[in-house]
Amino acid sequence: MNIPLSTKKDEVRIGVYVCHCGMNIAGKVHIDALRDFAKTLPGVTISRDFKFMCSDSGQELLADDIKKHGVNRVVVASCSPLLHEGTFRGALVKAGLNPFFYQMANIREHVAWVTNDRDLATEKAKALIAGAVRRAARALALEKKRVNVQKDILIVGGGIAGIHAALNLAESGKHVYLVEREPTIGGHMAQFDKTFPTLDCAACILTPKMSAVKNHPNITLWTYSEVEEVSGFSGNFKVRVRRNPRYIKEELCVGCNECIDACVFKKGKTLDEFNVGLSQRKPIYSPFPQATPALVVIDPNSCLELMKGKCKKSCVDACERAAIDFEQQARIENIDVGAIILSTGFKTFDPTRIPEYGYGKYNNVYTTLEVERLVNASGPTQGELVLRDGSRPKSAAVIHCVGSRDRRYNPHCSSVCCMASLKIAHLIKERTGADVFNFYIDMRTPLKGYEEFYDQVLSEGVQFIRGRPAEVTDWALTPSEEGKLVVRVEDTLLGTPRRIPVDMVVLAVGLEAQADAEAVQRVFNISCSRDGFFLERHPKLGPVSTFSDGIFLAGACQGPKDIPATVAQAGAAAAEALCMVDKGYVEIEPNTAWINADECSGCKTCIPLCPFRAISRDEQRKVAVINEALCKGCGTCVGACPSGAAQQNLFTNEQIYEEIEGVLSYV
Amino acid sequence: MHYLYYPGCSLKATGRPYEESLLAVMRELGVDVEELADWSCCGATTYMGVDENQAFALAARNLALAERNCSDGCANLMAPCNACYLVLNKAKHYVAEYPEVRERVTGALKSIDLNYRGDVAVRHPLDIITNDIGLEAVGKHVKRPLTGLKVACYYGCQIVRPYSTFDNQYNPTSMDELLRALGAEVVEWPLKTRCCGGALTGTVPNTGQRLSYFLLKEARRAGASLVATCCPLCQHNLECYQDEIEHDFAEHGQPAVAYFTQLMGLAMGLRPAELGLQRMLTPVQRVALQATGSES
Amino acid sequence: MGNMPLEPRIKYQEELDLGFGRSVVAHPGAEDLYRCIQCGTCSSTCPLVTYMEHTPRRIIAMTRAGLKNDVLKSNTIWLCSSCYSCTVACPKQIKITDVMYTLKREAIRSGVHADMPIPVLAGEFIKSVARTGRSNEMRIITATWLKTKPFELFKQAWMGLRLWLKGRLSFGLHRMSGDRRQIRKLLVAAGEQNLGPRGG
Repeated sequence: MNIPLSTKKDEVRIGVYVCHCGMNIAGKVHIDALRDFAKTLPGVTISRDFKFMCSDSGQELLADDIKKHGVNRVVVASCSPLLHEGTFRGALVKAGLNPFFYQMANIREHVAWVTNDRDLATEKAKALIAGAVRRAARALALEKKRVNVQKDILIVGGGIAGIHAALNLAESGKHVYLVEREPTIGGHMAQFDKTFPTLDCAACILTPKMSAVKNHPNITLWTYSEVEEVSGFSGNFKVRVRRNPRYIKEELCVGCNECIDACVFKKGKTLDEFNVGLSQRKPIYSPFPQATPALVVIDPNSCLELMKGKCKKSCVDACERAAIDFEQQARIENIDVGAIILSTGFKTFDPTRIPEYGYGKYNNVYTTLEVERLVNASGPTQGELVLRDGSRPKSAAVIHCVGSRDRRYNPHCSSVCCMASLKIAHLIKERTGADVFNFYIDMRTPLKGYEEFYDQVLSEGVQFIRGRPAEVTDWALTPSEEGKLVVRVEDTLLGTPRRIPVDMVVLAVGLEAQADAEAVQRVFNISCSRDGFFLERHPKLGPVSTFSDGIFLAGACQGPKDIPATVAQAGAAAAEALCMVDKGYVEIEPNTAWINADECSGCKTCIPLCPFRAISRDEQRKVAVINEALCKGCGTCVGACPSGAAQQNLFTNEQIYEEIEGVLSYV
Repeated sequence: MHYLYYPGCSLKATGRPYEESLLAVMRELGVDVEELADWSCCGATTYMGVDENQAFALAARNLALAERNCSDGCANLMAPCNACYLVLNKAKHYVAEYPEVRERVTGALKSIDLNYRGDVAVRHPLDIITNDIGLEAVGKHVKRPLTGLKVACYYGCQIVRPYSTFDNQYNPTSMDELLRALGAEVVEWPLKTRCCGGALTGTVPNTGQRLSYFLLKEARRAGASLVATCCPLCQHNLECYQDEIEHDFAEHGQPAVAYFTQLMGLAMGLRPAELGLQRMLTPVQRVALQATGSES
Repeated sequence: MGNMPLEPRIKYQEELDLGFGRSVVAHPGAEDLYRCIQCGTCSSTCPLVTYMEHTPRRIIAMTRAGLKNDVLKSNTIWLCSSCYSCTVACPKQIKITDVMYTLKREAIRSGVHADMPIPVLAGEFIKSVARTGRSNEMRIITATWLKTKPFELFKQAWMGLRLWLKGRLSFGLHRMSGDRRQIRKLLVAAGEQNLGPRGG
C-alpha cells in the first residue's frame, strides 16, 4: 500500500455544522456560542447550526456548501458515529467529496446526555469541536475496498430454523450446506407431539419440510457432522467440517432396519436420546421413524464390535445390501462459503439442580419434554400416558417457571413455557381425564391465538393456581396424601397456603443455551450475551446479524422463542445472507492497519498480538505483512510496534496528535 | 490445631449435656480446645429483632476476642450451638458485605478497645469432626460400636441455611456419616432440616410444638428409636415437650433425643456421667445401650 | 341474624404510608425487597405459614403498598422462627428473614405490634445481656410470663422443675467473666450511630 501523503494545510476549507438534535443537544448547550467559536478555528470557512443535521434538508445543506462554497472537509457536531457516521459520509459522497474527509464530534452522548450544567457542557463541546476540526484538517482520501463474496452458504444446525432457512436459500438458487450434529435433522420440534396453539401434530408439519430438504438439489445435507474450524473473513469463510462415521455406507442403506432387529442386543441398553432417556435403544439404531436421512447409525460407545472387536455381527448378516462397514473413518470436508447461519438451538434446564422439586428422586416427576414423548404415538409408551410405575395418573400438577425467572439459575423468562404448560395440561386432561393443576407466577400468552388457547384450556376445567410451589414432597400429612406427590404452594390469589396431592408432576423447564455454546462461539468468533445465548448485533434492529459480518443467527440459539418466531427469524437470516451473497462483494472499512516495510525491523512483536490473526511474516523480506481483509482496525499492532512502522488508516499518528492538540489547546 | 471454644449461653444452662459431652469427646480425641475467655452473648435471634447495630456489635465482640487470641488467619472458633454459629457467621458476612455495618461495628468495637480483622473462622463441631479430625480417626477410638441403634439425624435450620459451607443445604449428611462410622444404623427421613419451632415452642406453644411433633413423628415412622441433634434449642424442643405433644396429638412412644456428641462418647467408651447422660429427660442411655445389646 | 356493620374496605392513597417501603429497603439485608414478583414461594416453604394471619408474600406486598399499621400489627413477623427457608427459596434472592427482622425492630420501636409475648421476651433478653453480658434463659422466660400470661408459668413449671433437678437450669445469674461494663459501652456505641438511608 502506498504511503499516504498528508494534505497541505492551505488547501483545507472546513465546514462545521452544529446540530440541535431537536432539544436533545440544544436544550443542554449554548448552540450559538459553539457556532461562533467554531468560526474562529484555523481552517474553518463556514460554521452553521441546524435543527436536525441528519434530515434530508440537513444533508442538502452540506451538499450545497460543498458544491457552492468549496467546502472540502466536514465536521458535524452531533450524535454518535455509530448512529450517523454512515449517513453523513453518504452525504459527502453524493456531493462528490471523499467520504473520509468527514469527522464527527459527539456532543450528544458525550456532552448533552451526561451533564445538566449548560456552561460546563458548552465548554466541553468546544474542546471536542476544536479537536475534531484539527483532525479533519489531516483527513486523507481513502477508498473502501471491495472483496468478492463466495456464493455458497453454510447453515449450522438442522432444526426447524436451519431447515426453513435452508429451503428459502435453496429455492432462491443458492447452494446450501446444512450441517447437523445429530444423525437426523428435525431438532427439538421433532420430539414434540403437538404444537401450540393450534395443536397441530408437530411431526406432520415438520416432516414434509425435512423431506424437502433431503430432496432439494441445492442442499447438501451433512448429518452426524460438526464444524471443526472456521477461518477467513466475511464473504470468504473457509470451513472445515468433520463428518463422523456412521459405520454404514450411506449410498447403500435403504433404512429397512433389519440390522437393528438382528442386533445381538435383544433389548436396548443405552438411554435413548430422542426419547429423553425414557427408553433404551440398541447400539445400532435410527433415532425415530421419520429420521432424515433415513439411515441407520452405529454408536461407537455401545457397539460391542467397535468397542471390543468381539461380536458375531448378526447385523452384517441381516443386511442384504452389505451396507455395514466397521472400518469407516471420519471424513473431513473443506468448504468455502460466503455467509454462515447459526441455528444450533437450545437445551432444556436440568431440574436436578432444584432438589426441592424431586426430579430424579421421585419416579413420577417429569419434564415437559419427557411428557411430549410419553403422549407421542411413536414414543416410549406408544402414546399412552403411563407413568414410570405403570399406573395412569388421576391427577397431575404442571409447574411453570422451573429454572427460569430465577436469579439462582436463569434470570430470564423462557418465553415458551407458559404455552407449553397449557398444552401439556390440555393433553394430559384429554388423554386421561385427570384433574390437572397448573401452578404459575404470571400467565404469558402474548401472541396470535395464545390468549384464546388459555381461554380454551380454562374452559376445559384445568385448575390454575397462582403461586410458585416451594416443594414437591412425598411426606403426607393427611390420609388422602399417602402415596402421592404433594405440591406445597401458596395460592396467592386466595392468600392461603395449600397442599395439593397429585399422581404426577410435570416441570415446565426453561430454555438455556446449548452446553457447548461457549466453544461454538469461539469457533465462529461471535459473542454471547450474559444469559449464554448468542449475541445479536442490536436488540431491536439487528436481531439476526452478529458483530461478525457474514455470520447470522436464527432460532433459539439467539434466545428462547417459539416456533413461529423461530421460522420468522430463520427467514430473516436467510434474506440477510442472501443479500450479502447476491450483492457479490463486501466493502471493507478502510480503517485497516498497514506496515511500512522500510521501517519494519522484523521484530515479530505485532504478529502474536493480532486478535484476528491478520499479520504474517514475509520470510523473504523479513518484514511483517498485514492481510487487509482480515484486519479489523483494532490498533493493537500500531500501539505495540516499537519502530512506528505499523500505522493505521483513519487513525494515523498525525491525526491523533492533532486531535489531542485541538482539545488541549482549548481546555 | 488449636480451637477456641464459644459455648454460647445455652450450653451453660439447658444445653449443659452438650458441653459436657463435646468437651469429653474432644479430650478423648486429643483435640486442643480452649474456652474463649470473657465471651459474651452473641445476641441469638432475639437481639436482631430489637436493634441490628447492637446485635452485630455483640456478635462481633466475640469474633474480635477470638482474633485477639491468634495472629492473622489462625483463629478457629468452635460454636456448637447452631444459633450462635449462624449469628457469628452472619455478622462476619454482613460486616464484609455492607460498608455501613462495617463502619458501625468497627466504631462500636473501638469504644471498648477491640479490633476486628475478619479472618476468624467460625466452625461447627460437626464440621471440625468430619473435616479436620476425619471419620477414620474417629473410627479408631470406637470401642463399643452402636450397632443396632436406629438413629435419625436432625440438623435443624441454621447450620445449613442461609450459609452451607460444610454440608449440602438440602440433604446434609455429615452427621449421618459420623454416626455410621460409630456403627449406628442411620435412617433416611424427610425432615432433616425442617424447623423445630425455635423459640416458639415456649412462647407460642401450639405453633412451635406442632413443628416438633412432626419431627418426632416422622423420626419414629422412619424406624428411629433415637433422634441425634446438634443444637441445644432443637434438642430442648424435641425433648422437653414430649408430654404436651403426647397429650395434644395423641402421639405415643416418642424417640429419645440426644446430642450427637453423647452418642460419640458412648461409642468411644466414655462414662455416661462424663457425657451428661444423667441430665436427659428422655431415656437416652437406656435406649442406646438396649439397642446395642450392652446393658450396663 | 342481627345487624352486621358493613365497613368500607377501599384504601385511599392518603391513608397509606408511602415511605414505609423505602424505609424498610434502607436496611442492610432488605435492599432487594422491590424485586419481589409475588410468586409466593416464600409463603409455601415457611413452616409457620399456616398460623400467620398474612403470609410472608402478602406482608411484602403490604409493606410496598404502605399498609404500615397492618404490617406491624400482624402476628406474621413474630411467628417467624428465622429458619431462613424463605431466603434460600426466593427466586429473586431477597433476604426475607432480614425483612422480617427489620419489621420486628420497627414494630418494637414504634410500639405498634401484635399482642404476643415475644416482643416482651425481646425486651427481657436485651436487659439480661446489658446487665450480665449473657442471656439467662430462666430469668428471661420467667419475667416474660409474669408480664404477659402468668398462668403459662404454672404450665411450664413442671418442665422447669425437672430441668432444674437435672442441673440444666439455674436460678443463679450467669455472668460473663470480664468487665461487664464493656457490654453496656459497646451497646451504647453501636446504638448511637444513625442508620442513614440507603438508596431508595
